[in-house]
Parts: sequence; C-alpha cells; structure tokens
Amino acid sequence: MSKLEIKNLHVSVNTDQGPKQILRGVDLTISSGETHAVMGPNGSGKSTLAYSVAGHPKYEITDGEILLDGENVLEMSVDERARAGLFLAMQYPVEVPGVSVSNFLRTAKTAISGEAPALREWVGDLKTAMKNLRMDSDFTERNVNEGFSGGEKKRHEILQLELLKPRIAILDETDSGLDVDALKIVSEGVNRAKANTDLGVLLITHYTRILRYIQPDFVHVFVAGKVAEQGGPELAERLEAEGYDRYLKASA
Amino acid sequence: MAQHGIQEHSHGAGVPIQTRNERPRSTSIEDFAEVSKLQEIWRYLPIDKLKGLTQSVIGEISEDSVEIKLAEGVTASWVETTKAKVGSAGLPEDRIAAIAWTNASKTLVIDVPKELEQSQPSFVVIKPNSDAATAAHVLINVGTHAKTTIVLDHAGLGVLGENVEIVLGDESTLNFVTIQDWDKGSTHVSTQFAKLGRNSNLRHTVVSLGGDLVRVTPAVELSSPGAEINMYGVYLAESGNYFEHRPYVDHIAENCKSNVAYKGALQGVGAHTVWVGDVLIRETAVGTDSYELNRNLLLTAGARADSVPNLEIETGKIEGAGHASASGRFDDEQLFYLQARGLNETEAKKLVVRGFLSEIIQKIEIDEIEQRLIGAIELELEKVGV
Repeated sequence: MSKLEIKNLHVSVNTDQGPKQILRGVDLTISSGETHAVMGPNGSGKSTLAYSVAGHPKYEITDGEILLDGENVLEMSVDERARAGLFLAMQYPVEVPGVSVSNFLRTAKTAISGEAPALREWVGDLKTAMKNLRMDSDFTERNVNEGFSGGEKKRHEILQLELLKPRIAILDETDSGLDVDALKIVSEGVNRAKANTDLGVLLITHYTRILRYIQPDFVHVFVAGKVAEQGGPELAERLEAEGYDRYLKASA
Repeated sequence: MAQHGIQEHSHGAGVPIQTRNERPRSTSIEDFAEVSKLQEIWRYLPIDKLKGLTQSVIGEISEDSVEIKLAEGVTASWVETTKAKVGSAGLPEDRIAAIAWTNASKTLVIDVPKELEQSQPSFVVIKPNSDAATAAHVLINVGTHAKTTIVLDHAGLGVLGENVEIVLGDESTLNFVTIQDWDKGSTHVSTQFAKLGRNSNLRHTVVSLGGDLVRVTPAVELSSPGAEINMYGVYLAESGNYFEHRPYVDHIAENCKSNVAYKGALQGVGAHTVWVGDVLIRETAVGTDSYELNRNLLLTAGARADSVPNLEIETGKIEGAGHASASGRFDDEQLFYLQARGLNETEAKKLVVRGFLSEIIQKIEIDEIEQRLIGAIELELEKVGV
C-alpha cells in the first residue's frame, strides 16, 4: 500500500521576465489502486504538476511538500524518485540516439531494481508486454524514440510502465495524439498495470475521451494552478457536456 | 546544424581562386615556411606544445620501440627510405611533415600480398617511451584483390612526427585504424596519405584518446575510378588534450564515393578539439558521391570544439555532395528522461555518450578495439564525477 501526498504545492518557473508562479497551492493524495484524473484547460498547470513530482530541474518548488509513504520526495534526485517507485509517462519523450530500446529498458530495469534482471525471465516479460501492446519484436532494436510515431512513443512509455512496475504513475496527456485504436491499446496497458501491481494512477488529460477506457475513481478540475473542483466520475461527464468555460469565467 | 546539398562556389573575376589543391607539396623542409599561427593550417594549434617537432633535425624511431604482430601472410620490413617506394601515396604539404619525412632514414613497410584475404587484424604499436622528438615513416601496400585489417596504435610517452602512406591496389579492401592513446606529456603529428586503386575500398578510422597535442591529417586521393573511402573518427578529449583532425578527400576520378564522419565527446576546462574537413570535387570527378559530417558533444563547461567543413565543387555532374556539422552541450531533457527511469547522472551520461559515439564505434569491427573504446568512455565519465 503506497500513498503519494501533495500538500499546498506552489511551483514557479524561471522565464525571461523573471519567475512565473504556475501552481498556487495544490492538494492531492493518491493511494495504491486509485485512479485520479486531473483535467483542465491549457495552461492550468497540469503538466507542471507532473514534472514537479518527477523532479524536473526547470521547476522550482516555492512552498508545500510532496511525500511518498511519508518520505520527503522533494529532497530526492530525479533518479531517486524513480527508484522510490514514482513513474512519469511523458507527453514528449525525447530521443536518445544510438541507444537501443532493448539496452535502454534493461538498463532502466537494472537501475530500478538494483540488480540486473535474470535474462530468461526478462526476455519473456519483455516479449509478453510488447505483444500485449501490439508492438513488433524488431521494435527493441530501434533507438529510443528515434523516428517513433506519436503512437509508438506512447506505447513505449506504457511498455516501461508495465516493465518497471512503479507504485505510483503519472500519465501526462498520454492520450494526446492517439487515434482511438492506439488509445484503447494504451489504456489496456494502464489497466493491466493497475490489475497486476495495484498501481496508483494520476492521469492528466485535457479531454474526457480516455476516461471511457480508464475508469477514474476521482476527478480533479485544475484551473489557474489549483484544484477548482473535485468529485467522482460524474464530474468528468459534466465536463464533457459543459467544457471548462464555467471555471474560466469564475477565475477571470 | 548546417546541412546543404550541392553548393557551387563562384568567385568574381580577378579574385585569386584558392583551392585546397593549391598547397605546395614537397619533401624538402626549406620549401615550407616556419610554423606560425598566421598560416591557416596551424591557426588553432598550441604551437608551444609541438615541442621539438619543428626543429629541422630530429631523432628517428628505433626498431625496438615498434611492436609488430602480423596476421598470417602479411609481412613487415624496415627499408631505407630512399629505396622504399615512399611518396607513392602523397607528399608533405607542411613543414612538420617534411621534417618527419627527411629525418626518417628507414621506413616500416607493411605488405599485404595480392589476393590475400585475411580477416585477422595485424597490429603495429609504436611506443617511443621518450620525450625526444622522433620521426617515423610507415608505408602500407595492399596488393590487388587483397582484403585485410591493419591497426596502427600509438601509446606511452612520445613526441612523434609521423608520415603514414597507404597504397591500395585495384579492387582491394583495407580496414585501417589509427589509435592515438598517448600518455600525458606526449605530442603527435601524423600526416597520412592514401591513394586508392580502381574499385578499391578503404575504411580509415582515427581514434584519439590521449596526448597533450594530437594532430592527424589524413589525405585521400581518389584518382582511379570506382574507389570508395569511408573516413571515420572518434575522440574523447579532457582537460589537457588538444586534438586536431583534418581529413581531406580529393575526388579526381569518376564515380568514386567518399563518406567522412567524425564524432567527439569533450569534457573539462581547456579540452579542445578541432575538426577541419576538406572535400574537393574536381572537374574530372563526374559521378562523385560525397558526404562529410562532424558532431561534438560537450559534456561540461570550459571545453571547446571547433568544426569547419569545407566543400569545393568544380563540376555539377555529381550524384551528391553534402556536409553537416554540429556541436552541442549535453541535452538536459535527455538526462532528465533517463534519470526519470532510475539511472543516476553518471549512468545516464555514459549511456548518452556511448549512444552518441556508437555509430562510429560500430564501424571499427574489431572487437578488442571496440571494447577498449567503450572502456575509455566509462573511465572518462567516472573521472570528473560528471
């Protein structure tokens, strides 16, 4: 049983015009087995939340705290957070030229578990996970994210999610740029990880479409750097019908 | 990154045309001016690190300082330079090469007999173990239809002025690797010439890992039709290293192919690399296909990479000609991505550097050299606590 607690989180980024406040007091708690959808209009700070939890150096935490099972996440380096069980599925995964997917996945698995995986078992797990995500076996010979289509990049992120078995995963707009078939495949992957490892999920999305395939337990509406409203799955349905206008008017 | 297709250079009337081809060629020292930063060829060089190599009279490499391990069928002999067929691949274009040429009374001649196909590599290791300026001359002759691999390795302490000639017979294939893995305090100026026979194929790889000053200038003459040259380079420079590589491809005959790709990683204050890639496609070189590329990865602040691709084209009847050059800092987003997957900073950097250089490393196709390079990368990145 794991718990990620985000308390009163204030985050700013440095811009040419000086520091810009993006998150203004976010409170969220995600426990194992739960799926939280964070929805909101562009620029509301959803991705900032994701990258701040993962520890991207661009974001400065000016107030608040993040705890994973009581441990202070903000004192951990990016890799320590990953080894502690946090995973961020990126919206724009970067290319790593000359590094094959197979080498990358094995290196990451070794780093996360602290020892190299037994070869036979690893090869089997990899094969199964790739088959489930309808990925060709020659995919592992390609260089990480190099020349990947949008759908391939997202499937590769979810492949990592399934293989690295984190405790809490943040999915940053994993649904963006996917056609409906790819969306179903990716969603199945997330649901499998939930079923197999009791994963806690923070699902960041602009649209309600993915919530038809990944059932949220909680929905949080993000506006201007904080949670404007929260509720159950019914809140997503309301957003589907009404959009974000209601919140934007209120905050303006 | 600059990436161009065919580029024709035009000059106004009355302007002297300065092509790569107009440099004087001679074995006489006095035909060349003293080494000075005012000349383009020395402009980047820390001249004080040349040590004795600019003196007209220098010593000569002793046979004991050269270890030779040849594959079966390949032979080696020390021949009076005046008697060896030296100069068959090219003549010096600068004073230091002329000094080395004049002071090497003996030439190490490596012969690969015609039609010999030998997959085992041959090794020549030069270890002067002295900081006295020394000259060396190596001539590699590959006979018609022969095919093999030769590694010329330089290690230990040395101040070496060297000329290396490579002559490929018709239809022959040579995988040649020159390694500069010198100790601190070493200086090495290596002028290399290659002349390729009809339909022959040379892979020329430069690996520079250590030395206060290392300058390798491989010049390739494509004067017989159908010849193909691949020139690769991989280098790791840290504080105290100055590495300069100036590959030159001279396209003279029809339907020849050239591909030049050098990649380097630099770290530490004062680490400096220079790459000047010259490609000349003469009027006669119809059907030429040519490309040159240099990429540098700067791992820390304080390192400097100069990269200058030069392309001269005198005919429009070619298949292709292009160049690319880019030098950049470590990509923070790459590091973040890998660290977010649990790799610590050093592991992440190692993976990125290995990946960056792998394209070239894989081309060497000699297992022990590849392993040595990967080892050098690991060691390099452990050092500075990057």
